[in-house]
Amino acid sequence: MIDLFILLLIGFMLVAGLIAVESSDLLSAVIAIGAAGFALCVIDLLLGAPDLAFPQVVVEVITLVLLIRMIMTRHDTARQTPRDTLRTAVALLCGGIFVVAVFLAAGGAGGEGALPPFGEPVLARAPEAGVSAGYLEGTADDTGARNAVMGILFDYRGYDTLGESTVIFVAVLGAYVVLRRVGRKRQGKEAAP
Amino acid sequence: MKGMTLVVQNIARVVVGFVMVYGLYITLSGHTSPGGGFAGAVVIMAGIVMLVLAFGGDRAHELVAEYRCQGWSGLGALGFVLVALAGFLRGGWFVNAVPKADSELYGSGSILVADAFVCLLVATGLVGVFLALIAGTRETMHLGRKGKT
Repeated sequence: MIDLFILLLIGFMLVAGLIAVESSDLLSAVIAIGAAGFALCVIDLLLGAPDLAFPQVVVEVITLVLLIRMIMTRHDTARQTPRDTLRTAVALLCGGIFVVAVFLAAGGAGGEGALPPFGEPVLARAPEAGVSAGYLEGTADDTGARNAVMGILFDYRGYDTLGESTVIFVAVLGAYVVLRRVGRKRQGKEAAP
Repeated sequence: MKGMTLVVQNIARVVVGFVMVYGLYITLSGHTSPGGGFAGAVVIMAGIVMLVLAFGGDRAHELVAEYRCQGWSGLGALGFVLVALAGFLRGGWFVNAVPKADSELYGSGSILVADAFVCLLVATGLVGVFLALIAGTRETMHLGRKGKT
């Protein structure tokens, strides 16, 4: 039942993404992007990941507000890109290969699938349930954190989180370098105070 | 970038305190309930973005320059690395350096500290990028009146 609902939501996200790409009106494209993001939030909640769904909701709201603000003040629409048959064919071919690969990996054609069934990750499987089960059992005692996600993120796998925040930090620095005003001003006006 | 009307400004002035407190709550209670540094930082950033949109980018740039945000963001990153290094006091990289206590707030040791530093990093970094974006739009996209430059 919940799998069916998640599949429906994924289909909704696909449709929203297609609308966002193909629409000639910028406002409807932005709203379609927002719809796709909120569907992703609902999927996160259905799969029991409120830690993930919460920042996702807030980021979706912020990006939606910012993009609509930009678009409402710009008053122009996207230029129509001409259709390219070869590009569409290559994209469809790559998509088809991907779908076939996923189908075979999930054991679609009667063979032994390489992917574990939905909801049973490899780390939690019975014979080698070392890592995942150990984390879930020991989080409260080892770290004192009642939220197991935080215990894993900031204690067991703190190094991963350090890398994650390094990525954010470097992205922010890159944005500063591209968008900075200080250097631009000095280059343009030497004498101005 | 010009601000919005007086109604929007007053409502933003009232609401922003609650938003900030909620963001801090999410940050500091990440180890007991869903949330944590990233989520709280995003909420705090949303509050600041609301203020900037309501009062206008010019006023925001008078109050804080975006390279100041860069400094605070770097401080957050440095603090997170220091939390990791403080683990060597108790034995190794990222070992929980603060002794655990039977407490709601700081019961989980260094997770709280790391959460706070990550919140500082992400919130100030995103706010700085937002301010820089607003500055760019003011110059090139003719939002509202022209800037001082």
